[in-house]
Amino acid sequence: MSDLSLHTGRSGPLTRLSDWLWRNPRMLILLLLTPPALWLGIIYLGSLFALLAQSFFSIDEFSGLIVYEFTLKTYGELFTPANFDIIVRTVVMAAAVTVAAALISFPIAYYAARYAKGKWKAVFYLGVMLPLWSSYLVKVYSWKLILAKEGILNWLFEILHMKWLLEAYLAIPVIGGNSLSVSWTGTFLVFLYVWLPFMVLPIQASLERVPTSMLEASGDLGANPGQSFRYVLLPLALPGVIAGSIFTFSLTLGDYIIPQIVGSSRRFIGQAVYSYQGTAGNIPLAAAFAVVPIVIMGVYLWVAKRKGAFDAL
Amino acid sequence: MTSAVQFTGVSRHFGSVRAVDAVDIDIAEGEFFAMLGPSGSGKTTCLRLIAGFEQPTGGDIAIFGQSAKGVPPYKRHVNTVFQDYALFPHLNVRDNVAYGLMIAGRPKAERHRAAEEALELVALPGYGTRKPSELSGGQRQRVALARALINQPKVLLLDEPLGALDLKLREQMQEELKALQRKLGITFVFVTHDQGEALSMADRVAVFNEGKIVQVGRPEDIYYRPEVPFVADFVGSSNVLPPEVTEKLTGKRCHAALRPEALRISESGHVATVRATSFIGTATRVSLVMDDTPMVALIPKGQEIPAVGAQVNLSWQDEDLHLMEARS
Amino acid sequence: MHSDRASLGLKIAAGAGLAFMHLPLLLIFIYAFTTEDKSYQWPPPGLTLKWFSVTWSRPDVWEALSLSVRVAAISTAIALVLGTLCAAAVSRTKFFGREAVSLMVILPIALPGIITGISLRSAFNLADIPFSFWTIVLGHATFCVVVVYNNAVARFRRTSGSLIEASMDLGADSFQTFRHVILPNIATALLAGGMLAFALSFDEVIVTTFTAGQQQTLPIWMLEELVRPRQRPVTNVVAMVVVLVTFLPILGAYYLTRGTDTVAGQGK
Repeated sequence: MSDLSLHTGRSGPLTRLSDWLWRNPRMLILLLLTPPALWLGIIYLGSLFALLAQSFFSIDEFSGLIVYEFTLKTYGELFTPANFDIIVRTVVMAAAVTVAAALISFPIAYYAARYAKGKWKAVFYLGVMLPLWSSYLVKVYSWKLILAKEGILNWLFEILHMKWLLEAYLAIPVIGGNSLSVSWTGTFLVFLYVWLPFMVLPIQASLERVPTSMLEASGDLGANPGQSFRYVLLPLALPGVIAGSIFTFSLTLGDYIIPQIVGSSRRFIGQAVYSYQGTAGNIPLAAAFAVVPIVIMGVYLWVAKRKGAFDAL
Repeated sequence: MTSAVQFTGVSRHFGSVRAVDAVDIDIAEGEFFAMLGPSGSGKTTCLRLIAGFEQPTGGDIAIFGQSAKGVPPYKRHVNTVFQDYALFPHLNVRDNVAYGLMIAGRPKAERHRAAEEALELVALPGYGTRKPSELSGGQRQRVALARALINQPKVLLLDEPLGALDLKLREQMQEELKALQRKLGITFVFVTHDQGEALSMADRVAVFNEGKIVQVGRPEDIYYRPEVPFVADFVGSSNVLPPEVTEKLTGKRCHAALRPEALRISESGHVATVRATSFIGTATRVSLVMDDTPMVALIPKGQEIPAVGAQVNLSWQDEDLHLMEARS
Repeated sequence: MHSDRASLGLKIAAGAGLAFMHLPLLLIFIYAFTTEDKSYQWPPPGLTLKWFSVTWSRPDVWEALSLSVRVAAISTAIALVLGTLCAAAVSRTKFFGREAVSLMVILPIALPGIITGISLRSAFNLADIPFSFWTIVLGHATFCVVVVYNNAVARFRRTSGSLIEASMDLGADSFQTFRHVILPNIATALLAGGMLAFALSFDEVIVTTFTAGQQQTLPIWMLEELVRPRQRPVTNVVAMVVVLVTFLPILGAYYLTRGTDTVAGQGK
């Protein structure tokens, strides 16, 4: 080998900085973290706390100005019948969407995780990823097209001579309405459609972690496929379902666009927040409303964490 | 002559864990030095302290007489062969080997020539354009060796470099490494948990236990003249006799070591009970209990094997009973 | 024994589920060609390419598109820097508070977008910051960090720590190690993360409605059209183009990270 003498005390400014960082590894971490911590800490957390702080102020009923004094009065307003209705309605909707999404997702995730091989695996994966990532508004828009009076769904009912069935359904109070596009059912369908992929992926991830040998062991011990599914697969997939439900639940709680475009005039939390901060100019009440999903999700996450759902994320 | 590597009271504590605790080592230039011990005994941490990946929490390390305090890894005349080889996956073999020269700013032609020479040295000529992922474990090991040698280090550190290889390849590499060390005359510091490897390759062996060096010496000394029960047990799987038993046998109250192959089953001697026997190829391993002390004897092929539960007489030559008076 | 073939019922359920996720998007494609311009009539009375040229000559669409692309590009660049720094710090060393750092990165997408949006808006009001291009970027970059972070952290985890030690052992200082070893090894993950961040920003509407003021990004433009339709066929064409445009980065990110780490779906 050629005669080389390396490590000849190099001392450019960068090398000196590198030496210093090597001697002070904590400074390296600090330097790495400073920019993101400043950005997220000041811009994001700062704004968030500023908003939450406002929920402890109230609005003067006569002047419409914000009174900067600590009070729980604004939180009290959440429990007036009209406002409490909004909260209950939103939570029920979020729960319904979550359950429906779990039911529809499971077969897709199960097939993709256990049976799809090679090319089909990619097809299933992209088949979930593409709707997940395609434009939220376009997805909502597509349902506006589907649910319109002159749209494809009504047309289908018509050529199948089942228009009476649709009309009977729409006559049911609460979930029905003038047409699907202004009914709760419509809102529910759009929520379900838009958040469905968020449920499939975590369930698939948790199912893929169940080794085939575990199902073979269950079969070997005398369980029929149904029993293996019930006693082995389902409990192991549960963290995935919970992880997915975190998304569907949280996203439904905070959405204000879907019920505005497809749905009745009865409002959801997101719409209440939006209108209180906007036209009504009641920032304290908007902030208090914004705390509701945070608290609900906090409790939800705490329960989910105890069930081990975060390993499936 | 200055030592290649010298530890003076070096400690590396991680919180309350004393990975390395007040260790003194003196490694001579050109020596093949092995650090032997079970996992977690501190030997790898010592190696990382020499390389500069860890910094001591106490004591001082000198490399060729100069304190290594505050000197980062890239300024030390030391190179490492990693346990997992740590070949750069995005570079081909030639660029991996020539990495040190590239960093040093050597021209391309010189780098390529030196890399090819280094690959010849480790018997991999012409492999330069392959990717590390296309090589076998043994070939990766050689590339890692060539990459570490191209910088012409004054000390080469090897962290369990043969651990991932199968038995046959491992024996072949042991011989090659030894020959290479003689040829280059570089100081090798070799970490292993395999006593056979340490004894067969090294000029001197340091045995580690719980962050401390319990014995340093030539392989024969370590094997035949253990100073503490741990070395007797770990290095040669010797039978360790507690002080009470030794006192009965010799009158001296200290631990004693007795190699399994030195034990004979004979007409007269010390009474023992056979607990189990197992055939291990060249010999049969017999587990016995003598004076409440578990013992192991190796009975060569062709001799009669006692039945389990039988009372037998054990004997040995007096010089085979090694007393550990110094530090027990 | 666990059978290797799926039952017919499962196949139908899985297939129907996939169809449910894709048919509405396909419907958009058909509507882009309809001759009907007053209602959402199905089936379309006729097909035409006319609306593509109408859309092409609409300056408001181009302005919205241009704003969206600029916002997404700058937000992605910021998110790449912040996300990589965060991932490097979290994965390299165990330090006090690394859980808190992860939480802080994930929070902007874990909480409903409306909360992020209102927080930023009221903060801008409090600090007297007028709405501008940069207020949009501020919001977008904040929730894009997590996508880059997720991809980078997964790759850092797969990159053996001894590679960095090997590089320093061979004479490279921290900066040379970053340039010659770390960057080449995380490049594809960063590219994938960047593409996803771009797609996320390009599509975002909820936070943007609070931080945009009078300016219209493409999603804001679409939202306007959804609430108060002006020319439905133009909306149809734009919707189709948006779907096609967002598919490209997703496919790209998928191929870049195939077989290594998964494209983090929860990034959205």
